[in-house]
Amino acid sequence: MTLREIQTYLGAEILCGEGQLDREVREAFACDLISEMLASASSHMLLITSLTNAHVIHTAEVIDALGVIFVGGRRPAEDVIEIVKKNSSIPLLTTKCQMFDCCGLLFARGVQANRKDPL
Amino acid sequence: MVDTFQFTPKINLEFTIREKDFFLAGESASRVKKTLQQLGMEQEIIKRIAIIIYEAAMNVAIHASHGMLRVFISPEAITIETEDAGGGIPDVDLAMREGYSTATHEIREMGFGAGMGLPNIKQCADELKIDSKVGTGTLLQATVYFTNWQEKH
Ligand SMILES: Nc1ncnc2c1ncn2[C@@H]1O[C@H](COP(=O)(O)OP(=O)(O)O)[C@@H](O)[C@H]1O
Ligand SMILES: [Mg+2]
Repeated sequence: MTLREIQTYLGAEILCGEGQLDREVREAFACDLISEMLASASSHMLLITSLTNAHVIHTAEVIDALGVIFVGGRRPAEDVIEIVKKNSSIPLLTTKCQMFDCCGLLFARGVQANRKDPL
Repeated sequence: MVDTFQFTPKINLEFTIREKDFFLAGESASRVKKTLQQLGMEQEIIKRIAIIIYEAAMNVAIHASHGMLRVFISPEAITIETEDAGGGIPDVDLAMREGYSTATHEIREMGFGAGMGLPNIKQCADELKIDSKVGTGTLLQATVYFTNWQEKH
């Protein structure tokens, strides 16, 4: 699935990175712990989270995430979105779906759990 | 940030971590990552280095009061060093255990405090040294070599 298809499918709103929505998403990782994101990261995965602080953005940059979906209708503050716009153009999306629904819907559409890169 | 190019191709980066400056860790990890990408370094090594920087600098901001983050880049290896003037770690072996954390509720709400920082650093580094004195502070040095990773694993 591309990020654009995911956006339509989840009725998600694009917060930034509109130009990068053709990225193909094969793997995703859902979690609200930064250290776990850092520890379990594989490159080019979609990050699904309900955390909206700047740490999520920096973490997404560090692990080369394809994009970030904020669940439960959560959205980062404008200054947090600005960090992405300035630095990395990682697409950020927000959906009203809760974590479980979001993961289930994407899983049913063939998005797999990420396989950790060998560290 | 101080970039010093010396006679040998060595680059040192230095960041000051101020008390409760929770965001310097992620910012510096992102910035060092970009610098290393410009140097044409391999992606997986860059990621390991960025993770070490993130976790180590975050530990200073969370658990110590203030300190320094230094990154020494040479053709053979990168060493990431944090030095702080915090309370120190009474039992380093215990602190190294996955899940052990003394982080507060406030820190956990930010998504940290899972007790995985030091284990993450250990996993990403080829060499890890922690020198801590209670009441004085902690010196952490993590080195990543550019060559022997494959041999080790
Ligand atoms: N620089 C430091 N100064 C003092 N204590 C530290 C420092 N770094 C780590 N610690 C101690 O080690 C514990 C484990 O650290 P870590 O594995 O990074 O987990 P976390 O940061 O999630 O608590 C911390 O909870 C803290 O008690
Ligand atoms: Mg930590």
